[in-house]
Amino acid sequence: MTSGAYTQLLDLACGVLLLCAVVVLWQRELAVLVRVLAVQGAALAAIAAVLGVHERRWGLLVVAAGVGVLRAGVLPYLLRRALGARTGGAADPPPPAAYRSPYREDVSEARETRPVVNVAASLVTAALLTLLAYAAARPLVALHPTPATRALPVGLAVVLVGFFVLVARRRAIAQVVGFLTLDNGITATAFLAASGVPPIVELGVSFDVLLAVLVLHVLTTRMRAAFGGTDLDDLRELSDR
Amino acid sequence: MTPTDSALLLTAPVAVPLAAAAAHAVAWRRAAASGGTAPGHRLTQWAGLLAPAAILVSAVVLAASVPSHGPVTAYGRLLRADGLSVWMLLVVGAVALLALAASPGYLAGERAAGHTDEAGAQRYHALVPAFLAAMCLALLAANLGVVWVAIEATTIVTAFLVGHRHTRTSVEAAWKYVVICSAGIALAFLGTVLVYYAARQAGVSEASALDWPTLAARADRLDPAVTRLGMALVVLGFGAKAGLVPLHAWLPDAHSQAPAPVSALMSGVLPAVSFTALLRFKVIADTALGTGYTRALLAAVALLTLCLSAALLLAQRDYKRMLAYSSMEHMSVIALGAAIGSPAVMSAALLHIAGHGLAKTVAFCSSGHILRLRGTTRIGRVRGLLAQSPALGAVFGLAVVALLGMPPFSLFASEVGIVRGGYAGGLGWAVSPALALVLLAFAALGYRTGRMVLGPPQPAGRPGDAPHALGAVAAAPLVAGLVACAALGTALGPLSDLLSAAAAITAGR
Repeated sequence: MTSGAYTQLLDLACGVLLLCAVVVLWQRELAVLVRVLAVQGAALAAIAAVLGVHERRWGLLVVAAGVGVLRAGVLPYLLRRALGARTGGAADPPPPAAYRSPYREDVSEARETRPVVNVAASLVTAALLTLLAYAAARPLVALHPTPATRALPVGLAVVLVGFFVLVARRRAIAQVVGFLTLDNGITATAFLAASGVPPIVELGVSFDVLLAVLVLHVLTTRMRAAFGGTDLDDLRELSDR
Repeated sequence: MTPTDSALLLTAPVAVPLAAAAAHAVAWRRAAASGGTAPGHRLTQWAGLLAPAAILVSAVVLAASVPSHGPVTAYGRLLRADGLSVWMLLVVGAVALLALAASPGYLAGERAAGHTDEAGAQRYHALVPAFLAAMCLALLAANLGVVWVAIEATTIVTAFLVGHRHTRTSVEAAWKYVVICSAGIALAFLGTVLVYYAARQAGVSEASALDWPTLAARADRLDPAVTRLGMALVVLGFGAKAGLVPLHAWLPDAHSQAPAPVSALMSGVLPAVSFTALLRFKVIADTALGTGYTRALLAAVALLTLCLSAALLLAQRDYKRMLAYSSMEHMSVIALGAAIGSPAVMSAALLHIAGHGLAKTVAFCSSGHILRLRGTTRIGRVRGLLAQSPALGAVFGLAVVALLGMPPFSLFASEVGIVRGGYAGGLGWAVSPALALVLLAFAALGYRTGRMVLGPPQPAGRPGDAPHALGAVAAAPLVAGLVACAALGTALGPLSDLLSAAAAITAGR
């Protein structure tokens, strides 16, 4: 691969990564959020693959394939199932009888109805967070300027946007999407900075993320049984009063 | 020590609990398949003690050799035990032994009340050893990436222990716990990645760029600006799991909802394990940046946590949440000790971890008995505990006395050590306000516990007012914990070598 094509492909993949994070911030439709997350996972795998081909490290291509399967395939599939159980989607098996009746009619469950931060403010925040990421990443780029490390601010911006989604969203699934965006940003940072962490660590981290999403999936089901929905504003039984 | 011996000693604390967890997971599936009605074996309840016993025995054998012969490694430096990890392993083993000795009684009570069945009990016995295995791996792994993976694994295995009931409060606590801890600790991973980047640029090979001994030895070559950013993220991230601000909000909810012995583990050792990871990074950062940067970060976080926990202790009406905020208070005292960072103060801080672990275990386990006796966690509805159940009232009262930092318990010695070292080390500006806040917390905790324990028994005629005897089996672990805490406060004996070795590591000498 020529160095020009390498830089362009890398920047394209990083651009898609950041764009997906911004769309996550802006979209209210939960099913779309999950699809965007899958695209973001694919962009992340593309970053790893481009780096692997450029540096002729074929082990990195295996890691890229693994990351792609997990983040563009398995995790979005799990989230879709969590959504399917809620809206009774046609492709999914019918939900257990105990959960069925109250949720089929509940259209509001499919989207964020009462956003804490409106769309315009969200997008301005995304712009500010990206600026902050560029400012914070200056020493990182200065340490070893290459095409890959020049894209590091994008990784940090995705982390910050993911954190903002986590704080600002009031739906359980949207919060999980925020967490996964945050995690994609960290993995992207690791790839761009040092071609990824050692394989044993990458494997452990992927396994932890998968299990965390499974646990949150089960807790969403329980939340629906206990609260009749997944609005996180209902979670206010525990307090210091 | 032969390579086989060291491999065995370093594997046992992780492998034995994992094997126990696997055996119970099979039994859990079988019990769940039979509708949760199959009778449990009396024997398996006490077999749960096998896992902490293995941890404790390995720790004791290692403690005999590590201070004099240096660190032990196994599997090509994947696992490594130095003074710090052995000290923490001892604490985890001791606290786990107490908590699991209290577990059969707790589960029997839950079953009698109809809150759980055989499947629930087996699940408990599968998840708790898995939790212990993850903590031991976090202490013994030499690779900082693996340490992170193990600490995140503790969140995952304890999620269903926090949410063991399907009630609203339980689901809420579990959700907050998983989301805040996973997101918080993800920041620590970002920090780890940045340190890895700095190490690679400093010429460390890929295989050893996350290896702690290599990093600590070559930390002077790390890029200061990148390390600074990485360390701030590590303090935020591992601080989340250690109950330090700003990501502490999960702690009181999770501790108040988890089963009492699990609360003991989550409060007594889990924050300390996470803080140990932070201490490892601190050694690297202190070499790369000088001590000033991490000191300022830790002192600020410690003072803010102390302010928050003291204020919330003053207004507290729930005794399990009161104990949880007391954990935050003690973790901030330990963080303040780490900010001071001289070897003498680090000894005191590590001793504080041990003393707090033991005393908090006794306090949480006895709070489980109180909950069963009175059916409420409201402080205002519990009166005259000592009159109704002398043994229970006495152990709970004494555990809180230990947590208040009164002699002869070890928390007195360690708090005095931290305060003296703070004034000697020029951190008086941080120690003086901390002392005032600790006194405030002391008053709140002491006053509320006094009202629970002392006073005339409640007027007769309400449920749960009959005189209550704790029983020898239930009392034994609680008394043992208090005795151990008092013994640590009186004399360290053979442990003093280990403690000074551990303190020397954390002080970067």
